Amino acid sequence: MADKRKYVIPGDVITSGPFRPEQNVILEGNDIIATAVGISEIYDDSVKVIPLTGKYLPKINDLVIGKVVSHTSLSWELDINSCYTGFLPAMDVFGRDFSTHADELSSKLKTGDLVAARIANFDRTRDPLITISDRDLGKIDDGVLVKISTSKVPRLIGKKGSMIQMIETGTNAAVTIGQNGWVVVSCESAEGLSKAKKAIEMVNEKAHIANLTDLIKDMLDGKDES
Amino acid sequence: MGGRDATMVLLDENGIRCDGRKIDEPRKIMIRAGGLKNADGSAYIEFGDNKILVGVFGPRDVHPKHMSNTDTGILRVRYHMEPFSVDERKRPAPSRREIEISKVIKEALEPAVMLEKFPRTAVDVFIEVLQADGGTRCAALTAASVALADAGIPMRDMVAAIASGKVADTIVLDVNNEEDQAGQADMPIGYMPSLKKITLLQLDGVLTPEEYKKCVDVGVKGCEVVYELQKKALHDKYFGNSGD
Repeated sequence: MADKRKYVIPGDVITSGPFRPEQNVILEGNDIIATAVGISEIYDDSVKVIPLTGKYLPKINDLVIGKVVSHTSLSWELDINSCYTGFLPAMDVFGRDFSTHADELSSKLKTGDLVAARIANFDRTRDPLITISDRDLGKIDDGVLVKISTSKVPRLIGKKGSMIQMIETGTNAAVTIGQNGWVVVSCESAEGLSKAKKAIEMVNEKAHIANLTDLIKDMLDGKDES
Repeated sequence: MGGRDATMVLLDENGIRCDGRKIDEPRKIMIRAGGLKNADGSAYIEFGDNKILVGVFGPRDVHPKHMSNTDTGILRVRYHMEPFSVDERKRPAPSRREIEISKVIKEALEPAVMLEKFPRTAVDVFIEVLQADGGTRCAALTAASVALADAGIPMRDMVAAIASGKVADTIVLDVNNEEDQAGQADMPIGYMPSLKKITLLQLDGVLTPEEYKKCVDVGVKGCEVVYELQKKALHDKYFGNSGD
């Protein structure tokens, strides 16, 4: 597994030798150089940097939360908190027999609606193609949108989902985390909702603290007693 | 060239300059990463009496659309001096000099940023000089690199910059405003220390080939000092004061 974690800054030489450069590193001569502010991890044969800052860059198969900004007669455009707008074709929602005059796009998704979606395809030449035809995907009917920094999404999920599981069981809320840093929280009780929201915001602000899990646990428990 | 103020001693017999520095001593430098909430990345630098604030946006949509490039992202830089940044009020409209410095800084940053990862987008860098005292382009370039790193734009290395020059027949590091006005040469240098590459080199004045080489060497050494401070600023913001 990963060893030798190190804080790095663009330009820092992480290591040198026969390693495969992965995310956020480049190979310059024999040196592996970081290209982002973050934490470097050296594996057996590869090196990568987990970034601590930066915008969301779509990746195929990522679950994201999108907001409908507009639609044409053939597709919707989604704000996915990235430098590119998500492209959701109408065929994906209406099925193969979609026809431009028979079906009205705004009957399914209106401007301002939130959707849980998956990045179906993305390459450098076109805007990311989005799909909602899968289990657990589609329009989000209730819940509160919480925006966090993209780089803190892995922290919110925690090791094997430990952090988010703790928040969900502690507040009875359902949390949908988009890889793009948008999170939807829904809960039956108003108290649980505000507590879950607070916990997520706390992760966002204090992501660098080592014993964050305990801190969140204390916060969730403390409120229960009072 | 030649001195305008004949009474000012630029370099005394002990090798002390007009503001009390040694010949290879830069001014006091303070860099802070972050600070602006609405910008994606930001930095503030105090370089002697220079005070400069930099904000970075992006990568984001390009407007106007025709400027976008399908192969790579584009970098746009605006260097601007506040009306109150100099002794006499400066008209706020971009001057010939500011347009040139914007272009020079843009071209000095381009080798460092990896915009090919974000085709059809733009990264905007806004540099506001709050107070100027000679060497603003170097200070601005230094701060812009920190702000870009703060915004999470992938970079091969950070660009550190400082000016060296010739004052009273001696090669000195970090030319200030008086030395720039009265000195014999001024050479701003932008340098990527990890990659050992120069991205900005300008020269105003006359130097012999030997002096030129020495001037570059002095400048590059100065950039390495600035680079450590850039790294420290980012470390302070992201990893507390721990460093490593």
